[in-house]
Amino acid sequence: MTMANYTVPTVTSTVTSTDGLTEKVSVRNLDFFYGDHRALKTINVSLYHGKVTAFIGPSGCGKSTLLRILNRMYDLYPNQRATGTVQLDNENILSPSQDLNMLRAKVGMVFQKPTPFPMTIYENIAFGIRLYEKLPKSELDGRVQHALERAALWNEVKDKLGANGQSLSGGQQQRLCIARTVAVRPEVILFDEPCSALDPISTAKIEELIDELKEDYTIAIVTHNMQQAARVSDFTAFMYLGELVEYGETTKIFTAPNDRRTQDYITGRFG
Amino acid sequence: MNEQHTAKAFDIDLQELSRMVAEMGGLAEKQVADAVDALAKRDTNMAQRVTASDNAIDVLQREIEEKSVLTIARRQPMAVDLREIVGALRLANDLERVGDLAKNIAKRVIALNAEFPPPKLIRGVEHMTDLVLEQLKAVLDAYARRDDSKAMAVWRGDEEIDAVCTSVFRELLTYMMEDPRNITFCIHLMFCAKNIERMGDHATNIAETVHFIIEGTPITERRPKGDTEISALAGTHA
Repeated sequence: MTMANYTVPTVTSTVTSTDGLTEKVSVRNLDFFYGDHRALKTINVSLYHGKVTAFIGPSGCGKSTLLRILNRMYDLYPNQRATGTVQLDNENILSPSQDLNMLRAKVGMVFQKPTPFPMTIYENIAFGIRLYEKLPKSELDGRVQHALERAALWNEVKDKLGANGQSLSGGQQQRLCIARTVAVRPEVILFDEPCSALDPISTAKIEELIDELKEDYTIAIVTHNMQQAARVSDFTAFMYLGELVEYGETTKIFTAPNDRRTQDYITGRFG
Repeated sequence: MNEQHTAKAFDIDLQELSRMVAEMGGLAEKQVADAVDALAKRDTNMAQRVTASDNAIDVLQREIEEKSVLTIARRQPMAVDLREIVGALRLANDLERVGDLAKNIAKRVIALNAEFPPPKLIRGVEHMTDLVLEQLKAVLDAYARRDDSKAMAVWRGDEEIDAVCTSVFRELLTYMMEDPRNITFCIHLMFCAKNIERMGDHATNIAETVHFIIEGTPITERRPKGDTEISALAGTHA
């Protein structure tokens, strides 16, 4: 079906109270262009510290694009530009003077397909740390172990840290990538469909992990799995055709959304 | 629910669930009418038929529960779909209780056997039944049409039943005080009145569920109450 019969253009925000929440990332009036194509239209959304925000919507709605802006991934490609502001702790990360290496250390990303480097498990983690810090071996060992523990992978790999990272199972590889992200002590972690290539058990482990990690980080997750969004997130943003249609508390969005388009999407009536 | 699901079978599941609730509602209404009819006509045969028919309602309730659980497991419903299913479960519960209360009235008709109160006293109970049946019919209609304003009208309309119940109780009390030999059937009649008043409460529960299905929020305003003095006397709450 088409969406032509929908006319509501404004964002419905149903966040009832932001008391006790610390705004970590603040996206304001964000537009994004792939060449001439306007892929994001005036996006306004907040990510809160210690909370998970899920971005849902049909393919091509702009949710992954939005995620890629949060660590300026788009800078790798020509003809892509963003306007508006994205504040990370009161600093506009879209500013040309932004140090991209520092930004990507602060804002880590986990992708759809596990992408371990073709090196040992240990080196997969240590590699990133060494980019930012010079540490003595013993301290580096500690950091690697801590990262693997945070990613709930330590017990499975502690006896084979010298094995190739790509020898692990898909689910383990994804957790290795999470460990790699956590190792450089980011403040924000972006998950771009982290479970879409994983079996249900590995998926459950990643979800459990997200739940544990959110205590210390600000997390954003893009997922096509509505139940997953409902399970892991505190806030949910529904996007459609480059617009943010509705943003609110997850419990509300999945039981009684305000916008008709949100309801039609999450109940499987289009998309 | 004017838009259809991408998965058509899901629409069929929800429609079937809704149909089963409507069927159960029809049965419950008939049970209530028949039970009070048996009381008014002093018809123990009819009362026996009512007690026997209650099983059909129970069976439907179980089927609705099974279908709801299966649909939740199979479709992981969200938003309005989830509310539809949770609503069906709640409605089935309330309707099953209404059926039980009707059955209880029928059992009292059987227990009274030949010893029947004067028709004047039964008239009060009949009047209550008319009001309750009206409420039940209206609320089931509100459910069938997903009509929130109609559901809210039922929700607000329970106070009259409470008020009539109070007056029936008072009447029965004086009758018992007049002559202790009246106590047995007056007590039975009191329970019948109480049962009918309870059905009214279930009708308002159903109205609340219908509102929840449509709006996604519980009703927050306070429900108007009938006579508070009688509420204590008759033990009416909810």
